[in-house]
Amino acid sequence: MVSTVFSDAGLRQHAWDTAATVVDPEIPVLTIADLGVLRDVAINDGQVEVEITPTYSGCPAMNMITLEIEMALEREGFRNTKVRTVLSPAWTTDWMSEDGRRKLREYGIAPPQAAGSRRALFGVQQVACPQCGSGDTEVLSEFGSTSCKALWRCKSCREPFDYFKCH
Amino acid sequence: MAVASITVSETPLVLYTLRRADDALILGHRLSEWCGHAPILEEDMALANMALDLLGQARELYSYAAEVEGKGNDEDKLAYLRDVRQYRNLLLLEQPNGDFARTMVRQLFYSAFADLYWRAMMKSSDATLAAIAAKSEKESDYHLRHSSEWIVRLGDGTEESHARAQTAVDDLWAFTGEMFEVDAGERALFNAGIAVDPAGLRSQWLDTVSGVVGEATLVLPSNDWMQQGGRDGRHSEHLGHLLSELQSMQRTFPGVAW
Repeated sequence: MVSTVFSDAGLRQHAWDTAATVVDPEIPVLTIADLGVLRDVAINDGQVEVEITPTYSGCPAMNMITLEIEMALEREGFRNTKVRTVLSPAWTTDWMSEDGRRKLREYGIAPPQAAGSRRALFGVQQVACPQCGSGDTEVLSEFGSTSCKALWRCKSCREPFDYFKCH
Repeated sequence: MAVASITVSETPLVLYTLRRADDALILGHRLSEWCGHAPILEEDMALANMALDLLGQARELYSYAAEVEGKGNDEDKLAYLRDVRQYRNLLLLEQPNGDFARTMVRQLFYSAFADLYWRAMMKSSDATLAAIAAKSEKESDYHLRHSSEWIVRLGDGTEESHARAQTAVDDLWAFTGEMFEVDAGERALFNAGIAVDPAGLRSQWLDTVSGVVGEATLVLPSNDWMQQGGRDGRHSEHLGHLLSELQSMQRTFPGVAW
């Protein structure tokens, strides 16, 4: 009898669970699984192949995430792992898990609004303050400290906050 | 010593992809020149963010061009080791930043086009180009919103900002026609469903641009003479200077890596 740990399904699960612990270097409360960046883990001839997808075309965190996955797998005894970047289908904020959205909010970042509908050219958005929950907020800058964030301010509690851009 | 330029076998698909990659790289580089110089901190971040999006698009497109070519080139060689005449970007995108109004007008003209173009390219029969388009379209949409808001603010702002924005519109207008130009090689790609004919996007582009420009109390020039040549490697004098900065490290220390 083959123990589950050594079956491909067992290996795959173990590799997935390991890769899923890697966090986004810019938002360390979110794992790449929460984000939906971790796309697939496969076992081919005993080798682990991980597929990840970028959030934004130029996201500089991808190289670091790749390295972190390789190191995490190596610590668990996996050798010759391969991390591939896939582009299709394109990542959207809709892939972010509910758990991920909650963690973002608790961390002080307003999570992306669900269903990334196209906005009008001069459209108005409603984003709730992650600190006090008020909807009385305003955008300070469409571009924030990383590609995936915009800078907002709450007019109720006066705190500035990051908003994870709906994309 | 300086390293020599590579040669590229420009089949229609390689050339097509290179043209779009060069667009993204050159505009991305121009925007990155604002880093540390933008009028306010938020704009410094915005311009650097947009530059990063474009650099990401360029990397994906260069990697694909290299893969299609299959001659051992890669994204770095294509970006760093081609000479000015081998670059295929639109003349619009290599124009110097000038003042903030000029940078924003250039951004409006291009992102209004890129938004339509990438959205149409999402239906490309080429799976890689369709995937790159799906990411680029969302980014271009965001860039368009940003530049549109600025054009309105500048045009409908002070006398000074209005005059500067109008001068930029007048000066850059002659470079917009090139976005809609195609050659025989590209036409074959349209017929195969790989690429889209940009000529079909022109009226929608004009609607968007004239809407923003009108809202900004600016006017589009009536002169329809259009400059071209970038797609074939005939550039303005500005591109050589840009490339000498962009490529100096790789040309001086071939293969240097971080």
